[in-house]
Amino acid sequence: MFKTLLIKYGEIAIKGKNRHLFEDALVHQIIHALKKVEGEFHVYKMQGRIYVDCLSAYDFEETVGALKCVFGIVGICPVMKVEERGLEALGDDVIEFLQNVYDIDSQTFKVVTRRARKSYPIESMEVNCELGGRILEAFPGMRVDVHEPEIMLHVEIREKIYIYSKIIPGPGGMPVGTNGKAMLLLSGGIDSPVAGYMICKRGVKLDATYFHAPPYTSERAKQKVVDLARQVAKYSGPINLHIVNFTDIQLYIYDKCPHDELTIIMRRYMMKIAEHFAKEAGDLALITGESIGQVASQTVQSLAATNEVCTMPVFRPLIGFDKQEIVDVAEKIDTYETSILPYEDCCTIFVAKHPVTKPNLNAIKRSEQKLSEKIDDLVRTAIETTEKICIE
Amino acid sequence: MEAYLDNSATTRCTQSVCDAVVRTMMEDYGNPSSKHMKGVEAERYLREARETIARTLKVNEKEIYFTSGATESNNWAIRGAALANRRAGMHLITTAVEHPAVLAPMQYLEEQGFRVTYLPVDARGRISLEDLEQALCDDTILVSIMYVNNEVGTVEPVAQAAKLVKKYNPRILFHTDAVQAYGKLAVYPKRLGVDLLSVSAHKIHGPKGVGFLYVNEKAKLNPFLLGGGQQKGMRSGTDNVPGAAGLAQAAKEAYEYLEESTEHLLCLKKRMMDGLHQLSERLSDGETSELPAVVIHSEEGQESAPHIVSAAFPGVRSEVLLHALEDREIYVSAGSACSSNKKLPVSPVLKELHLRPELLESTLRFSFSRFTTPEEIDYCLETLDDLLPVLRRYARR
Repeated sequence: MFKTLLIKYGEIAIKGKNRHLFEDALVHQIIHALKKVEGEFHVYKMQGRIYVDCLSAYDFEETVGALKCVFGIVGICPVMKVEERGLEALGDDVIEFLQNVYDIDSQTFKVVTRRARKSYPIESMEVNCELGGRILEAFPGMRVDVHEPEIMLHVEIREKIYIYSKIIPGPGGMPVGTNGKAMLLLSGGIDSPVAGYMICKRGVKLDATYFHAPPYTSERAKQKVVDLARQVAKYSGPINLHIVNFTDIQLYIYDKCPHDELTIIMRRYMMKIAEHFAKEAGDLALITGESIGQVASQTVQSLAATNEVCTMPVFRPLIGFDKQEIVDVAEKIDTYETSILPYEDCCTIFVAKHPVTKPNLNAIKRSEQKLSEKIDDLVRTAIETTEKICIE
Repeated sequence: MEAYLDNSATTRCTQSVCDAVVRTMMEDYGNPSSKHMKGVEAERYLREARETIARTLKVNEKEIYFTSGATESNNWAIRGAALANRRAGMHLITTAVEHPAVLAPMQYLEEQGFRVTYLPVDARGRISLEDLEQALCDDTILVSIMYVNNEVGTVEPVAQAAKLVKKYNPRILFHTDAVQAYGKLAVYPKRLGVDLLSVSAHKIHGPKGVGFLYVNEKAKLNPFLLGGGQQKGMRSGTDNVPGAAGLAQAAKEAYEYLEESTEHLLCLKKRMMDGLHQLSERLSDGETSELPAVVIHSEEGQESAPHIVSAAFPGVRSEVLLHALEDREIYVSAGSACSSNKKLPVSPVLKELHLRPELLESTLRFSFSRFTTPEEIDYCLETLDDLLPVLRRYARR
């Protein structure tokens, strides 16, 4: 029944002279998101608002579902758009709107008129009173409550008049593409997809790197990561996924270095390789799903030791999150079910029973000296043989 | 070279099976329930399929019911028999090493108030007849014992068990899940004293999604799927003519050359087991470990299926070896899923054999079909020879 959706955006509106850049990016993202939805849509901005006109038959749930994945959107309002035909006719429209949207019984309501077109001859307050009166006449059970109404009826008077009462919350954040690009270290776990989602929410476009270790990890483990990337891509748009074969590096470290340092040294090489691809792709930062103290490799000492190999900033949006808080987000963005599929990932295969939790950077570097003979060649080979897939 | 050694998981269809399926989908596609010529034509395929299968078992074709596969056959046999005979008693007997398609219906019936005895097995996976004898009681109405164990290939003493059961009380129904036996061994339910027998087509080069249940005409069994009354009201649902035609063609081919193919399979099995023994000696040479490099669970001889070799490679997790083999185009099954994090399941069947944890987590199953070649076995053995020294070196410390 609604042919138009009004898109509300929050933070963008307070931007200064760059505002149009953010608005254009949002329009672009909305158009992209609606490409996958059946139906024909016209997305445009007008007087500081973004509208989606639905030009053909469309599925409301499907359309709103797609818009809920577009960062930058704070609210989605299904609106009734009517021509200006005088106050009497507007009253009829409002009554029709209420009849269509609600089972009118004895709700409380409030009319909020906004007169953006100042040439409209009647002031907002007056329109409120007039329309309120008409509603009370038409639905004798309804009552006015200006403080906590059950139905907040918005009437916006512009070139045309827009009537709406429901605001479906959007994901918030900033339109993807307005804040550069970063490289996500994506594993098959719960945390990294959430980390990617959170950075992406701030308008950052994503690339991703995954390390697999055949035959210790399986084709299904890789498929799981592709599935996770696809889920994150619903929010972020296309992701270039780099799949690095890490087996030889891992076995070499396992051969040469103390076993309890394996994970830390491994992660240092993962960061180096991810940073290589980040630079290649023009990314300006790395993203990991680490959170302080979650596992041995995520103590403050371990994080410092891992961080030391990077020249780029490393974003760790989950750093202060508890596991349950991460799980909550994972469930919200629908990655949880996939993340908990029980496939071995390459961080766990050779893990020591008692890995170091307070690595000494000097000791780690001394251990890495033992790798000097072959490690550069192995890293080069891993980089050269990396498989790249674009995840839509 | 490719070596598909996972024929107990599923098999490739033969060309003639494929032709039979296509013909009944594209040309003779009628519904046997239709009154017109197309229906009559299709019904002929069903009748012929039933006759073909009945001949392989030496039973009456009226005793063959087509199903969607062995899971349905097992469910129907167990739940149908229990419900039809519950006034005679509420006690059921099965083994601890059955396929989930038997164990799950048993557990379901337990929830419904039936009592179930799960017979234990020895280290080879075999039940003891004494245990069975002790479990039988006045209340027993159904005994279900698999013919060939799907994970290690052990042949259960079905004939002796059925005889013992029938001697105790001829009214007790005897069911066997013959999925891994049919097409590999001569199976004659009447001689065995088996009343209900489940089979799946895709294990014998037939299509997936079809199987049958043999039901002795004297057995009291409730229908499981209710509806349009097909198959004498015992198994409703539009007849799966392509499935039945494919299954019958596969059964016919399997039994046409049974002796030759059994001999062939036994040769393959011997080749594989000899090769593994040699491999084990080579790899264990100079080692002090108390376990050899390869531990074979399957037996030689009559009491083990000719097409299954189950073996453990201590120190190498089964999933890792499986993926390493896969990389060389050799396809096998992991007897138990790996367990580096404790959430992963270990095969309940292997657990029942009371294997040591090192064996439990490193067991692979190699399974053959009559189309498997000695070259495939050799290629697999060579590849194992190639992979194992490296994989064993990187065992988890």
